[in-house]
Order: sequence, then C-alpha cells, then structure tokens
Amino acid sequence: MSPPTQETINAEICELRDAYAKAVAGGAPRRDHPDRDYPPYRSSVLRHPKRPLVAVRDPEAMELTGPVFGTTDVTELDSDLTRQHVGEPLGERITVTGRVLDRDGRPVRGQLVEIWQANAAGRYAHRREQHPAPLDPNFTGVGRCLTDDEGRYHFTTIKPGPYPWGNHTNAWRPAHIHFSLFGTAFTQRLVTQMYFPGDPLFPYDPILQSVTDEAARRRLVAEYVHDLSVPEYSLGYRWDIVLDGPCATWMEKGR
Amino acid sequence: MLPPTPSQTIGPFYGFALPFPGGAELAPPGDPASLIVHGYVHDGAGDPVPDALLEFWQAAPDGSRTGAPGSLRRDQATGAVLGRDGVAFTGFGRVAVDADGHYALRTLPPGGLPYISVCVFARGLLHHLYTRVYLSDPGDDPLLASLEPKRRATLLAVPEREGVYRFDIRLQGDGTHEETVFLDFR
Repeated sequence: MSPPTQETINAEICELRDAYAKAVAGGAPRRDHPDRDYPPYRSSVLRHPKRPLVAVRDPEAMELTGPVFGTTDVTELDSDLTRQHVGEPLGERITVTGRVLDRDGRPVRGQLVEIWQANAAGRYAHRREQHPAPLDPNFTGVGRCLTDDEGRYHFTTIKPGPYPWGNHTNAWRPAHIHFSLFGTAFTQRLVTQMYFPGDPLFPYDPILQSVTDEAARRRLVAEYVHDLSVPEYSLGYRWDIVLDGPCATWMEKGR
Repeated sequence: MLPPTPSQTIGPFYGFALPFPGGAELAPPGDPASLIVHGYVHDGAGDPVPDALLEFWQAAPDGSRTGAPGSLRRDQATGAVLGRDGVAFTGFGRVAVDADGHYALRTLPPGGLPYISVCVFARGLLHHLYTRVYLSDPGDDPLLASLEPKRRATLLAVPEREGVYRFDIRLQGDGTHEETVFLDFR
C-alpha cells in the first residue's frame, strides 16, 4: 500500500477539526490535549486505548505525589547545549526561557526540565534516525535544568531544523524542541513539544494538528521576545508551561 | 484556572536524552528485599512496541511517599550519570523498553500501598497513559474493587517465581488479549 499523500492527510485534519468545532458549538467541552485516537498521525492507530480511562478520585492515591530532583541530578553545563563539546555547534544560537506553573498559577519549584532536539540541519543524534542530513560533532541536543523559585527554566541551544518523516509522502515536522516536565504530583507529568512562531509547516503537521483546539495549539508555540535576545550573541524565545492534573495540596502543607 | 499546555508524543528519538544508567534499578544493589517487575508493551495488533518509555513512581518500603532526589545523580566533573547513591530510595524509575518491547524493573516493595504507579510514553501515543502494577490484590482496594474481573486482571502482576513478577501493558486490545486499564486523575 503506498503511503498517503499530503492532500489525504490535510483532508483528514480538516475533517477532524471541523467535527471538533461543531461539537464545541453544540456545547461539548473544549479539549486541551490531543485525542489519543488521531488517525492523521498514523502511528496512533494501534497505540491508543479503545476503552474509556477509569477515573480515580482517591485522595490517598500515590499519583498525587511525585518524584523529586535536586542539585545532584544536574550539572551547570546541562542547560547550555552549545557548550557540551570542544567546538561550537553550527546554527542559529537561541535562548529559551519561561515559567512552569500549575493550573492555579503557582510556580513549580525545583523540578526537573529535560529537553531534546534535532541539530540545525534537522538531524537527531540517534542511531535509528535515517534523515541524510549531517550530524554535528559539536551538538548532541540534550539539556536539563531545575526550575528556580519562580518556576523559571532557561536553556541556551541552537534552533533545530525541520526534518522529514514517514507518516505520509513529503511529510515534514516543523522545527520543535521536545520538553519533559515534572510537577508536584505524578498526575502533572507532561511530555510535549515547543514550536517556533510563524513556521510554514504548521498546517501540514498531524502531530501539532492533533491538538484540535486552536487556542490550545497556540500554547505550543513559543514567542519571540526581542528583549530576551542578547546583542551579538543569541535570539530569545519565551515559552511558559502550565501543567495539568491535580496535586496533593493537603500534603504540601505538611511539607 | 490557567489552561494547560497540551501534550505531544514523545516521538521515536528520546533514546539519547531521557533514559539514564540505572534508571531501572530502584533497589540498592544486593538488597535481599528487592523484587523484579518485568514484561512487554504491546500494540493493538498484538505486536511488541519497541520504542515505549515507562516511568515508575512508588512509596518507599517504610511507606514514605516523599521520594528523594538523586535518581539521575551526576558527576559534577564529567557530567556522567553516577546513578543512585545506594542509600536513599528515590521512588522514581525510568526504563526504555528494548527492541523486543521488553522492560525489567528492580525495586523494593512499596510500603502501605499494594501498587507501583506507571506512566507510559511512546511514539504514536499523543498523550501519556497512567496505569498501576498491583503486586497483590488486598481485597479492599477501591480501584480494583470497581473493576470487573477481566479488567481487574490487567492490573495484577503475575508472580512467576520468588521475587519476580510479570506485568504486560497492552495499549489497545488485540481481539484476544484484554486492553490494560488506564487511569484518569483529572
């Protein structure tokens, strides 16, 4: 069977977006997260549960607490992806910063933020990566840091390139940085992707479009902030992250 | 309430970033109380999922739920991962399944709770999934009690031999095997 064309994928994306808009207009709640069953992203077809999730409303659930990390878990250089090798990586040097908050707007303090990304040519330092773009001996593309008392994180890196993938013919991922976040509870765990403003590949990408709510989709796109750019050095982006899910405030008080 | 940041798939290329040496070793080396939980992750065709990442979170043997830092403890000179210090029980494990879709976790029994919490990530999975490994059925667990037997069985680890438990995860039923029960806390 030949892979679907971009036109086929576009049509499926539009159909699901229209169905969502119609549902919301009819009173259905807005959806912040992607539907796990999102056929335009072909790999989701066999990898989503068909049974409804089982709600757990137990105030004693272990998941209302979560893993903790500390200064031993990171080193100073981990947050600067441009200084992890002997030489400087190729590409457009950027900084990405923002705050990690819970839905009540409280900062998530001292928690682990991990990122990974392709290099400037759109190539991951991963053995199963087939894209024939050059590897950069001075760039691995992995970073981590702990949030500060205001929930702030900060990375220096280079802007990743877009890259092709096998979902359909001529499929290209918009440039993105993968983020992994921990909150105060395991229920707040989040793995997501940050995109760059104005990327022309947005409408063609079923992974981004799996977030069918337009406002929610916009929350995945960082903002270019000129004041965060460093003269003669780097361009600055800001991206704030809000973690979903309940946490054990009843436990926090006792901490 | 602030609107949350949407989830996105972990994708296929997290392997050089997220797994860390000793991620599957929660138990201090040689601890006689240690137990192994292992199994396979399957998709809706019954095939193994070779690129899933599993995270585990559990109470310490003494029942403490606070965890401890140091799961990814690093050498401040070289940046290399030293791993856990063998004293503190961090409560957190992270394991990437191998090319056969298999994982193995070596940990200590959780105190005061019959289960270990699991968070599942994979390429093709747009939003992670939670489930639980129950090492036994205490009979009065509210979640287990609420499930019909066939569904309940997907959360119960099967003792294979002394200290070794089998726990498979099925992201989708394949027509023969029951889909794992996944949980919603929101």
